[in-house]
Amino acid sequence: MIAKQNRFLLSLPLHIFIILVALIWILPTAGLLITSFRPASEVASSGWWTIFANPFDFTQFTLSNYKEVITNIGIGRAFVNTLIITIPACIIPIIIASFAAYAFAWMEFWGRRFFFILFVGLLVVPLQMTLIPILRIFNQLGLSGSFLGIWLAHAGYGLPLVIYLMYNFVSGLPSEIFESATIDGATTFQIFKSIVLPLSVPALASITIFQFIWVWNDLLVALVYLGGTPDVAPLTVRISALVGSYGQNWELLTAAAFVSMLLPLIIFLSLQRYFVRGILAGSIKG
Amino acid sequence: MRTRWFTPWLYVIPALATLVFFLIYPSLHTLVISFFGPQSEKFVGFANYTYCFTNEVMLSAFRNNLLWVALFVPLTVFLGLILAVILDRVRYESLVKSIIFMPMAISFVGAGVIWKFVYSYRPAGSAQIGILNAFLTFLGRQPIPWLIERPWINNICLIIVGIWIWTGFCLVVLSASYKGIPRELLEAARVDGANEYRIFWKITLPLMKPTVAVVATTMFINVLKVFDIVYVMTNGAFSTEVIANRMYKEMFIFRNYGRASAIASLLLLFIIPMIIINVQRFREQEAFR
Repeated sequence: MIAKQNRFLLSLPLHIFIILVALIWILPTAGLLITSFRPASEVASSGWWTIFANPFDFTQFTLSNYKEVITNIGIGRAFVNTLIITIPACIIPIIIASFAAYAFAWMEFWGRRFFFILFVGLLVVPLQMTLIPILRIFNQLGLSGSFLGIWLAHAGYGLPLVIYLMYNFVSGLPSEIFESATIDGATTFQIFKSIVLPLSVPALASITIFQFIWVWNDLLVALVYLGGTPDVAPLTVRISALVGSYGQNWELLTAAAFVSMLLPLIIFLSLQRYFVRGILAGSIKG
Repeated sequence: MRTRWFTPWLYVIPALATLVFFLIYPSLHTLVISFFGPQSEKFVGFANYTYCFTNEVMLSAFRNNLLWVALFVPLTVFLGLILAVILDRVRYESLVKSIIFMPMAISFVGAGVIWKFVYSYRPAGSAQIGILNAFLTFLGRQPIPWLIERPWINNICLIIVGIWIWTGFCLVVLSASYKGIPRELLEAARVDGANEYRIFWKITLPLMKPTVAVVATTMFINVLKVFDIVYVMTNGAFSTEVIANRMYKEMFIFRNYGRASAIASLLLLFIIPMIIINVQRFREQEAFR
């Protein structure tokens, strides 16, 4: 009993430290969320924490900021653009990478080792090295400012990591499966389609979530290849432009930012397990 | 597996072609145009590189990136490590981990808005709506224009945003590694009378060293490429420029592709040691049969 009490007292500073850290991590986001529901006049005259004076007075909250940013400031359009960009930008590299990972893991061919090590090397090449030549080509082909261009760009930039992650998984499958399937006369494509892909579903889930959040949150690639035109610009580009033009309208900025965080947060909270698995498997990349 | 000689290539060529087009060829091309003028029309030798190392704004960007490396890398890794070890002892571990990891899910742009609001400043006397300055005024101090006060405060404020975002990543990876250490090992040391501090330095840390190295390299690469946070919060004003932000400006605002390419090439140069380390680590693991 005494030992137990002692241990609690000893660990008290530990608990205080942890709670303090958790508070520092959550307060900034809480401030954003609360501010996005307050009327402009209130936001400009008092801090968001003052709502805790009467926490149950729901008349101090409003949805008008969201209505304003979604309909009048173009955040609704930007949300749709982000979805249009993100979904193909996830699917394309994952398909390409699945084929490649299967070949690297289970086929013999000249240069296999060399090419794979090349991919590992490419994992951390800074995007900045590629922007100017690709932008020039895109300009010539009329691909800059188009969704097709950014889908391909994201596919290219995401590919090394996706191949690396897929390879780690596919190469871990037991070799007996492949041997018996070959004996039964299955072709390489049949094995890929009816054995490798179905068995890789858990890995595919993590990788998809990873790539989804990466593309959803990207600013640089969209800024360079799409530009700020409202009919194609994603949320990140729109919001960073708003920071310049609506710098002091915090009720609008916070609402816009929260719209952009909503989907990643839902995915994160519901599928955290897969997200973490992807992070752990890919922690070699920057 | 029995296959015809060309079958593997059917599977690999789409990936190879994409990588050649989007990473390998453009990187080489960027290296070449870094020796040419603004529109790549005439050869200028090392002039763009000389510019990088003599121009005042560029030098300040290098200094700031150095400050980012010096603060961001050790602090994210250190915080992640400490939290991984101490959270292992409390029952609400997964809740706190989720809270600290959450910023990884939101964009740097979103994080930039969140923190710009935290740092928001109004002259003394008016109501402060940023929590940091409200706290200072509450303590009876003068409010501080966090993002303007150069050269230390504003840069450190930006670095804090980076730390806020990335500590969760370090925590999750390091925690997985910590949980992989056999508990008997730590228990045995405790039975032998070693205190927790000693156990951490003599047993835990040496066993986690490879993971710490991976996390630290990852953070180093991230910090060299840092762009979004600065772009959204200050866009380099008040001496907060960083290398990647300068590259973007040379490219899009000044339309000087030669200089922009030289800056990108320098970025690659700083990252090359990391590429070599990655490849070597991969070879040592012999993950590839």
